[in-house]
Amino acid sequence: MNNSKGILVIGELSEGKLVSITKEMLGIARKLADESQQDVSCLLANESVQQTPQEAIAFGADKVYTAEDPALKSGGIYVYLQIVEKLIADISPWAVIMGQTYLGTRLSPRLAAKLGVNLTTDCVDLKLDPDKKAIIATRPIYGGNVFAELSSDLIPHLVAVRSKAMSPIEQDSSRKGEVTSLKAEIDQSVIKTKIVKSVKEEVTGVKLEDAFVIVAGGRGIGGAEPFKTTLQDLANLFPSAATGASRPPADDGWVPEAKHIGLTGRIVAPDIYFAIGISGASQHMAGCTGSKTVVAINKDPEANIFKLANYGVVGKYEEVLPAFTEKLKSLLAE
Amino acid sequence: MSGLNMIVCFKQVPDPEAPASALKVEGKEVITSPDIKPVADEYGEFALEVALKIKGSIGGKITALSLGNNLARDVVKKSLAVGADELILLEDEAFEGSDNHATSHALAAAIRKIGEYDLIFCGRQSSDWGVGQVGLSLATQLGIPAVSVVRKVDIVEGKARVEEVTPDGYNIIDVELPALFTITSEAGALRYAALKGIMAAARRQPTIWKAADLGLDPSEIGTQGRVNKINKLYQPSSEVKCEIVEADTPAEAGAGLAEKLREARIL
Repeated sequence: MNNSKGILVIGELSEGKLVSITKEMLGIARKLADESQQDVSCLLANESVQQTPQEAIAFGADKVYTAEDPALKSGGIYVYLQIVEKLIADISPWAVIMGQTYLGTRLSPRLAAKLGVNLTTDCVDLKLDPDKKAIIATRPIYGGNVFAELSSDLIPHLVAVRSKAMSPIEQDSSRKGEVTSLKAEIDQSVIKTKIVKSVKEEVTGVKLEDAFVIVAGGRGIGGAEPFKTTLQDLANLFPSAATGASRPPADDGWVPEAKHIGLTGRIVAPDIYFAIGISGASQHMAGCTGSKTVVAINKDPEANIFKLANYGVVGKYEEVLPAFTEKLKSLLAE
Repeated sequence: MSGLNMIVCFKQVPDPEAPASALKVEGKEVITSPDIKPVADEYGEFALEVALKIKGSIGGKITALSLGNNLARDVVKKSLAVGADELILLEDEAFEGSDNHATSHALAAAIRKIGEYDLIFCGRQSSDWGVGQVGLSLATQLGIPAVSVVRKVDIVEGKARVEEVTPDGYNIIDVELPALFTITSEAGALRYAALKGIMAAARRQPTIWKAADLGLDPSEIGTQGRVNKINKLYQPSSEVKCEIVEADTPAEAGAGLAEKLREARIL
């Protein structure tokens, strides 16, 4: 595949808009493409793509491929895989950038196995190698305690990038690009999975990924109730705050899974991260390393969290946190 | 439907609870200090528990499968102690340095050698490299359907009915067998081994398959079979200095923390 050229971004959209990971993927794709004189193309496949092709061009795509079919929304990953495989066969890209997202984590390993090439998942940085023949992808391993720089000789290079790790370029609505509509030819006969029902577990309030302040609790919280009272009381002081949790509270059903922050849950990057009764296990910390300031409250002075936090109090959260919230409330009112 | 043939793939990893200080980068390898014990990766344990539940409700045979070199016998035999019927180890020096591509290739060869199977379970991702690819790659190579990040598996009328965890809830998916599922933590922890099980497992020897037994060429496995090249490994500098706010009572410390954050203009 020596003629392989171009960087393909597997875009994601929701309710007629690009989701932020798509803009981030286009941003890094644009940078790599400019450094290696290549084009950026973007696939947008959903029930309906609406105005997102123009948006993708404004954020750096030269070409946009669209596929519209109701089955892309409801039919599961094998429908999506068929569209992607066909497009890759047609345009033979040099690299394919996907998101470390619900879509990307299901799509990328299957695609890598089908193409027989390398895939690097959960990348926090992408750069060209000095001779511009490969992508060097950086990813955390061992729960973020070690970083690996990885590459491959096989083309196309497949990478899945972590949310909020890359920067979008500035939106420029005057950018020109080409939009091609693909025929969604889906062979249903090979699909052996069927989604019977999709259940949404509503989480009210600010989404974790959008919150500037996160008040997260761990095993040390001891039950479901304090998440709704003691922790929520602190979150209520801020206009854009949410409560979250490490894995044990989610596994024990104290909070919905959607509140789980960590390597296998949500990846967040708020301005302030309150870690309450959280030991600081690397599985959890890998999900909030992007936080600007970490504040820890834990009764165990030896807890690993105090090696990672910027500010801390050693003590029972039941006593420390209400007093903290009360004092902060009066200070903020001044 | 009864008597399902199930295969559970699991990986031996260094104890993920080990502090960062126990990890050292030497060249292109991560070395864990000798006092850190190897354990079965917990997602593999969740996968084994799912298989055990199915065996408990409708019966069947569980084959536990792991790949590595010099695998710790107490770690791998735990699968037998809790109720797996057979333990096959792909154990060979030639497997050392395998990436997920080489690993899934070898596992696929082993599963073809096992021959009959209805269900394959893997962990969603491991705690060491955490790549999250082997399960789906394996299913793709075997040409069978797969669902990842599954928390519940039921067998209904000859098909699997599974719950896949999604970002905002879950999907109920019907899947034709044979199929592969990668299991997430919400499936529940692996049961404890009963003393009787531990004693019985101690007397049994795992089946060992070497690369040659699987008809694998050295170029396909281990370091040679890697498609993922390690350019560099490094440890991030962790120079965070935590400012601990102290006071006579926890409540005063809490109030002091609020003042400190306000002064520092963080809040």
